[in-house]
Amino acid sequence: MKIGLLIRLAVFLVLVALLIQPDLFQGFFALFARPTQPAIYNQGNLLDITISHLTIVAIAIALSTVVAVGLAILVTRPFGAEFLPVSRTIANVGQTFPPVAVLALAVPILGFGTAPTLIALFLYGLLPIFENTLTGLTTLPPNVIEAARGVGMTGRQRLMRVELPLALPVILAGIRLSTVIALATATIGSTVAARTLGEVIIAGLQSGNTAFVLQGGLIVGILAVLIYDALAGLERWLTARTGQKQAAAN
Amino acid sequence: MSLAASADIEKKPWHRLDKLGVLVAIIGLAGLALPFALFRANRIVPGEGIGIVGSLDDGWSILLIAAIGAALATALVRFRPIVKLAAGFLALAVLAFAIGAAASHLTPADNNYARVAPGAGFWLLLLAFSLMVTDALTRLRLRPVWRVALLAIVLGAIGLILWSGLWSNLSLLKEYASRAPAFWQEARTHLVLAFGSVTIATLAGIPLGILCYRVKPLRAAVLNTLNIVQTIPSIALFGLLIAPLAWVAANIPGASNIGISGIGIAPALIALFAYSLLPIVSNTVVGLLGVNGQVVDAARGMGMTDRQRLLNIELPLALPVILTGIRIVLVQNIGLATIAALIGGGGFGVFVFQGIGQTAMDLVLLGAVPTVGLAFAAAVILDAIVEQISIKGRGA
Amino acid sequence: MIEIEDIVKSYNGTTVVDHISLTIPPRTMSVIVGTSGSGKTTLMRMINRLVEPTAGTIRIDGEDIRDVPAHELRRRIGYAIQGHGLFPHWTVAQNIATVPKLLGWEKSKIEARVDELLGLFQLDPAQFRNRMPHELSGGQQQRIGVARALAAGPNILLMDEPFGALDPLIRAKAQEDLLAIQRKLGTTIVLVTHDMEEAIHLGDRIAVMDKGKLLQYAEPAEIIVNPATPFVADLIGTSDRPFRLLSLTRVGDHVETGTATGSPIAADASLRDAYSDLLWSGRTAAPVTRDGQAIGIITLAACARMAARPQ
Repeated sequence: MKIGLLIRLAVFLVLVALLIQPDLFQGFFALFARPTQPAIYNQGNLLDITISHLTIVAIAIALSTVVAVGLAILVTRPFGAEFLPVSRTIANVGQTFPPVAVLALAVPILGFGTAPTLIALFLYGLLPIFENTLTGLTTLPPNVIEAARGVGMTGRQRLMRVELPLALPVILAGIRLSTVIALATATIGSTVAARTLGEVIIAGLQSGNTAFVLQGGLIVGILAVLIYDALAGLERWLTARTGQKQAAAN
Repeated sequence: MSLAASADIEKKPWHRLDKLGVLVAIIGLAGLALPFALFRANRIVPGEGIGIVGSLDDGWSILLIAAIGAALATALVRFRPIVKLAAGFLALAVLAFAIGAAASHLTPADNNYARVAPGAGFWLLLLAFSLMVTDALTRLRLRPVWRVALLAIVLGAIGLILWSGLWSNLSLLKEYASRAPAFWQEARTHLVLAFGSVTIATLAGIPLGILCYRVKPLRAAVLNTLNIVQTIPSIALFGLLIAPLAWVAANIPGASNIGISGIGIAPALIALFAYSLLPIVSNTVVGLLGVNGQVVDAARGMGMTDRQRLLNIELPLALPVILTGIRIVLVQNIGLATIAALIGGGGFGVFVFQGIGQTAMDLVLLGAVPTVGLAFAAAVILDAIVEQISIKGRGA
Repeated sequence: MIEIEDIVKSYNGTTVVDHISLTIPPRTMSVIVGTSGSGKTTLMRMINRLVEPTAGTIRIDGEDIRDVPAHELRRRIGYAIQGHGLFPHWTVAQNIATVPKLLGWEKSKIEARVDELLGLFQLDPAQFRNRMPHELSGGQQQRIGVARALAAGPNILLMDEPFGALDPLIRAKAQEDLLAIQRKLGTTIVLVTHDMEEAIHLGDRIAVMDKGKLLQYAEPAEIIVNPATPFVADLIGTSDRPFRLLSLTRVGDHVETGTATGSPIAADASLRDAYSDLLWSGRTAAPVTRDGQAIGIITLAACARMAARPQ
């Protein structure tokens, strides 16, 4: 446990150093660049690009979470029960749409820049969160729900105090999945002129500079691993607290 | 209590209203209000939206509006799912016919530059009736065989329309017509990338999964490593494989003769393979772990060897879970293969990224539509296979 | 007082509770007993409107329960279920405080109430207040479930197979605790069970249900001696009748003067226990003590007399 924490801290520090003082890594990245090529990305500040990348992902996932959880609540109430079967199917079918296709199809409507990327990440992020929230809200222990009704909670109180808190670990698993997908997919947003780490990777691909590709990929990879790990830890803590079984990883 | 509630439905007239139908009708009406077709003087200028009335001869347009109205009305009332399915499919067929007719109607004779594309109205109508059909299909709970049959019928119908030339004047098909050989070339590459990588990953992943199942200390290490591979963005992984492969091609005799090189299909195939391993390995482990312990005990008690137990008992019982892993990977790789285009790996992504570069929407669609269609068909077919095997397993 | 009047519940034409009327007197424990599918749980769940009746009326202290919003009604009625139904994400104290919190009690009053109830159920507040439900044993979980139901001091407590998930030893203890608490608080309790033994042990009155119909509603002795239908007789079991009858009576009520040797029997033990003790130890009489004081003897003959069918 202690060692795990140490490794995480070390990885995080490496990431921070790479973003603030990339020149420290000059020697390492020079191994991957040809002698005539710059080893460190020189067409923009890595920290700025990373912050922009994270901001786009954070906004998209926050929107996805609000909308997906809201929709899942709606279709699990008596009023929206008629939409439950079809919404399950749509969530299932929707995930067969490749993220690149969603991104490409958003361009004609929204033009180039951050907007199509944001929308594509938002739309693609909806499905795992929606699906997991549905699973969470429809597989609650029946005697707990019965007790919540029995003690005189209104529908709203049941939802806010019992159902959502109990479904939280499963919902978080959905958010985690969406976030990791969005972190990777955001790189493709650079092809439609969004400011993300894809810019570094694509610059490397275009100039045949592997050092750039490695930098971009490494930063996104570390971000994804750290965020994945943190959210998974939060889920484990929540489930352990209630003595429930560990929520499914996906 | 929900049972009791349904008993009241017959009594109150407004309960005959289908809530999903209301949503379908709202989307459908918005679709009727928005431009049905988009006319452009050439392939990259912004278009001009044209309503249904302007898109077709007067007689046809009235007929189309009436047909859509009737279908939306059907959506609003609680009919049996089979009735809704029929109405939805009929409406979709009418739409398919109308958009082709609109393209022919709007394209000036002998003008090769003008482009007619479906407008926002058409897409919304398509969405509305797809929703109606999806809901009906979900409620019908079709058996797997029927679902695949239905998919075949729909694909056959689309093929027939394409062959008949009904859609020939649509901009998407004009885009296709001007680069048909390239389209089929990239289609082949796309299939090789997606199916090839999944095939290799299955051949490697299942034995690795069995190994992880048998050797417990190995399990966490392998799964964690593969998990980390998944977090690397696909373009980066593609890119990172270029350098080592270029080195292999240059330094290992014969490597370049068998098609290995820094750019092109090799790094894409390897990257897709790497992405595929995790779901297949982890589903194999989960599937094997999920086999009922009593069954395994019984097999052991009857004197089966480890090998016999694995082949005759454990693997067949874990098969649905393993197949689910393959389904996830296949759908994922059909999508990811588009990114191979960025490193010269080919596939439908070529059209998508060229289209983005030229702001030519039709070109983007030429790449995106087949990709989505392929992924969808793969998902339906594999879902059906998984369900069929599970049903068989339960029935025995 | 709970008055159930000609109540009917049907789902899609299947009647699960069929024209039942019964009155539950205040400060008593009534047990509804029947096999699964007899409609006993449905009948009880209609009292706090977890199930809405198809026809008929239920009144509590003269007031029609339909005149109160369902959730407010439920806050006034305690409800404990099989497998306790504790909220797994809340501590023991938060679980017990559920209804007081819904009713908007003051924080200090809630805290005092939680500690009081934990004490009542022989759980040390300092030790248990902040535990999570999954950290408790089955018996402790069950007690917290009942404590939660009693938290707001309801006049009525509904219990659905409350001891169903407990093993026999803990179950017997939980039954004794419930009897003690009922005597102490004077709560009107309606308890549903499939176990006739439990019904006879706990109930002031027993309602026997089968296929949605109320077969008999009477005091335990009456049910044992004069079962209304062959089904009721079957539930009791003919060979067990004398022993069930004995279990209804306390030793203290049949003490005779005299002396006897051997280990004494407590006055509040049942005659059944005394009978069993006498047979096993080969005595014809045993001394009876109340609070350690000898008050007389209980004889084998007295037990035998009480086990016979009353004339």
